[in-house]
Amino acid sequence: MLYKIQKFSQVLIFFCVFLTQNMSAQQIKKAVSGPFLLKNGTVHSVTNGNFIADILIQGDKIVSVGKNIVTPSNTQEIDCTGKHIYPGFIDGGTRLGLAEIESISVTNDFHELGDFIPHMKALTAINPNSVSIPVTRVNGVTTVFSKPERSTFPGTGALIDLFGYTPEQMYAGAEGVMMTFPSTGRRGRFDRRSDEDIKKDSEKAMQKINDIWTKAKLYATIDSALAVEKKPKSSYNPQMDALLPVVRKEAKLFIEVNKKDDIELAVKWVKENGIRAVFTGVAEGSRVTSLLKENNIEVITGPVLRVPGRGSAPFDESYRNASEMVKAGILVAIRTNDAENVRNLPFNAAYAASFGLGIEEALKCITINPAKIFGVDKTYGSIEQGKTANLFISNGDPFELKTRIEYLFIRGWNVPMESRHTLLYDEFIERNPGK
Amino acid sequence: MNTRIIYTTLLCFLLPFIGFNQGSILIKNGTILTVTKGTLQNADIFMENGKITDIGKNLKAPVGTKTVDATGMFVMPGIIDAHSHIAIDAVNEATSPNTADVNVGDALNPLDVAIYRALAGGVTISHAMHGSANAIGGQCETIKHRYGVVNPEELRMVGAPRTIKFALGENPVRVHGEGNKISPATRMGVEQVFRQAFSEAKLYMKAWDEYKKGLILNSPMYNRRLETIADILKGNIIIHCHSYRADEILMLMNVLKDFGIEKICFQHVNEGFKVAPELAAFGASASVFSDWWAYKFEVYYSTAYNAAILTRNGVVTSINSDSDELIRHLYLEAAKTQRYGDLNDDEALALITINPAKQLGIDHRVGSIEIGKEGDIAIFDKHPLSVYTIPQMTIVDGIIRFDINNDAPDMRLDVNPEDKFASDYLEEALLKEDNCLQGVSEWLLQSDHASYLRFIYSQRHSH
Repeated sequence: MLYKIQKFSQVLIFFCVFLTQNMSAQQIKKAVSGPFLLKNGTVHSVTNGNFIADILIQGDKIVSVGKNIVTPSNTQEIDCTGKHIYPGFIDGGTRLGLAEIESISVTNDFHELGDFIPHMKALTAINPNSVSIPVTRVNGVTTVFSKPERSTFPGTGALIDLFGYTPEQMYAGAEGVMMTFPSTGRRGRFDRRSDEDIKKDSEKAMQKINDIWTKAKLYATIDSALAVEKKPKSSYNPQMDALLPVVRKEAKLFIEVNKKDDIELAVKWVKENGIRAVFTGVAEGSRVTSLLKENNIEVITGPVLRVPGRGSAPFDESYRNASEMVKAGILVAIRTNDAENVRNLPFNAAYAASFGLGIEEALKCITINPAKIFGVDKTYGSIEQGKTANLFISNGDPFELKTRIEYLFIRGWNVPMESRHTLLYDEFIERNPGK
Repeated sequence: MNTRIIYTTLLCFLLPFIGFNQGSILIKNGTILTVTKGTLQNADIFMENGKITDIGKNLKAPVGTKTVDATGMFVMPGIIDAHSHIAIDAVNEATSPNTADVNVGDALNPLDVAIYRALAGGVTISHAMHGSANAIGGQCETIKHRYGVVNPEELRMVGAPRTIKFALGENPVRVHGEGNKISPATRMGVEQVFRQAFSEAKLYMKAWDEYKKGLILNSPMYNRRLETIADILKGNIIIHCHSYRADEILMLMNVLKDFGIEKICFQHVNEGFKVAPELAAFGASASVFSDWWAYKFEVYYSTAYNAAILTRNGVVTSINSDSDELIRHLYLEAAKTQRYGDLNDDEALALITINPAKQLGIDHRVGSIEIGKEGDIAIFDKHPLSVYTIPQMTIVDGIIRFDINNDAPDMRLDVNPEDKFASDYLEEALLKEDNCLQGVSEWLLQSDHASYLRFIYSQRHSH
């Protein structure tokens, strides 16, 4: 009997070892929580300059930045001498968590059917286990805005931190209703519509969004009246409900618009309707900088690494776009508009930096500026006492390719720098068996 | 006597081209990244009639020679893109699983502004490829970026070896199996397309051989498709095969072994890292993306460390663009191998210079800065592997084709002031990162696979 038990436990142990070994190849290491003391690193605070200091992370916050910080007894120290500490990068527009394999439609949740569906919530469909999320983190991106796209009102995007096991854990405190502004001009040399037809199509498209907005305003008026009289709503209208905060100017509307003519129409439209607007994409923003500035339009532009839309455009139009807008005084964030390669965000910023923006401003475009646009700059976008502990430690300039990001923290969790890509490297750099 | 007349006449025709497209220029005092022979500080390069004739310090050029001061700048060989679809008007002849008879060299478009934008990224040569709709696609063309010429012939890199596009996996299977309901509908079917083509070409060669020996009376029917496949069997054409998964890569190597074919460069080859020892043993080369993955299922198990793993296993590896966008900054794509796999500077630069040259069979002419090689040069303000570098000047055959200080905003060559529908917006389709399946969707429009079509249109990546 004893022998049998021994035998059984041997088998059990064997299976446990076997299973854990197999599992470990499939899983990312677990994150570790603090408190952490990051000692003696060069802090790139973004908002208060660069300086050498210690940082204490406790819970999900940066509780202290300075020298001789008193630390709790269980604090783990990380020597950052000669290292650089940056706030986590924020991508102002992605499909991360909503798109897994773009050619397989059932793995894509960023475009629901319908043209007027602002109530579709990205946060509902964020997949915390998307393989692309750890891949994105390794380049210092800690937070992204993931959004629905394609239709005129495709839904509501959400700002998420790239760590957590549920969408709720990942939610970073901001959502935004998305709109795709109708593109009304000639689409290219194969677009053979007559000028008259183009005008008609344009009027039709504008009519459509004007109708929606007229109804939305009316709906808001009725809704307010019902609230005053404390009467219940008479019908279920989730689309209009989703627009209420925008119509009441409590929330911004995120409008995708790229071509110069469309941007001009969009500015006119938001002005007429008194909308607090953030324009996204804005590929030809450099052609209308003063118009955008005069109307206080905030901008999330990108990708920077994009072919200019016109054959006649200079080769570097997309590289210079962000710089031109920043110089005009516009609040600009940079996005990749990507899913699996959001990790290229720092390189998009670096190209903008080289082509006129400068490194400091480029860094703002992927940290404090998006935080301001999404209204979370009290907690995100820089290294300051009291802010959320989203930051990373690198051995140099994080835009340069030779630099390594060595540690990354999201909400105070030390998240391992592992992803499918690093695991495959570890397994195959010296394959066993080899040839 | 007759041959001499023919040669003289030919030379008369060719002379003007040679004259126009080859120049002399002296680059002074730059940091020269030769790629094959180390780095030279404060050195000069003299190019004469399109060729590098001298490298050294304090070189003197004949009076009147164009001189470029490269003080503080980095001078490297012109970048070579082993996989692109710029400068061609047609990409896919998606009408059969085997279209070896067609040639994208017949569809060259020297007016494509993408050529200029590639030059602005230091790229002097690209491999204009057929798409990946067919297991055996069309023949490809190696072109020089002589932007400014309007005769398509002048884009060709005369003397470059012939190449042909093959394709494995999802694309040929989708287009023919799913789209047309003909084989191949699986990776099993793809293998048999090759075995059938090579076997039939062998019979075809045998028949011609017997006819030439007088063993049979009537000549076999001439067949351009079989002629091309026969040329592959004879070793006269380099195969460039669109591939992703490890199993299909092994499959093609096995087929090639059976038919004694050696010249093969695997394109994309996202799972090449899994079979790097096998690739090295076969002598196959690999042309990869720096970091593209997950846009379709067959690239879901990818790693950006692919180029590094392949390089460490001794596979001749290049990084390509397959995109109007990436071709503008291949030096950034090469630099990514320093973050993903720690390649050193020479290894990283080789990925976009001498290695793609080897894969195209032109490494004795271009791909490094050496005396006797062609005058294809890219000059940068900072080290080309720094993220902040900006290309300053690109030289093809000793002629400056891009100069950032002499760069007009509108560089189009084909503006038609009388076109009342004129719009300078590029087509939305062109703005998508292209495009191994370019042309397929339009073609399927005429068939009845509307749902598939919408699906293809919805794709951002179609490689």
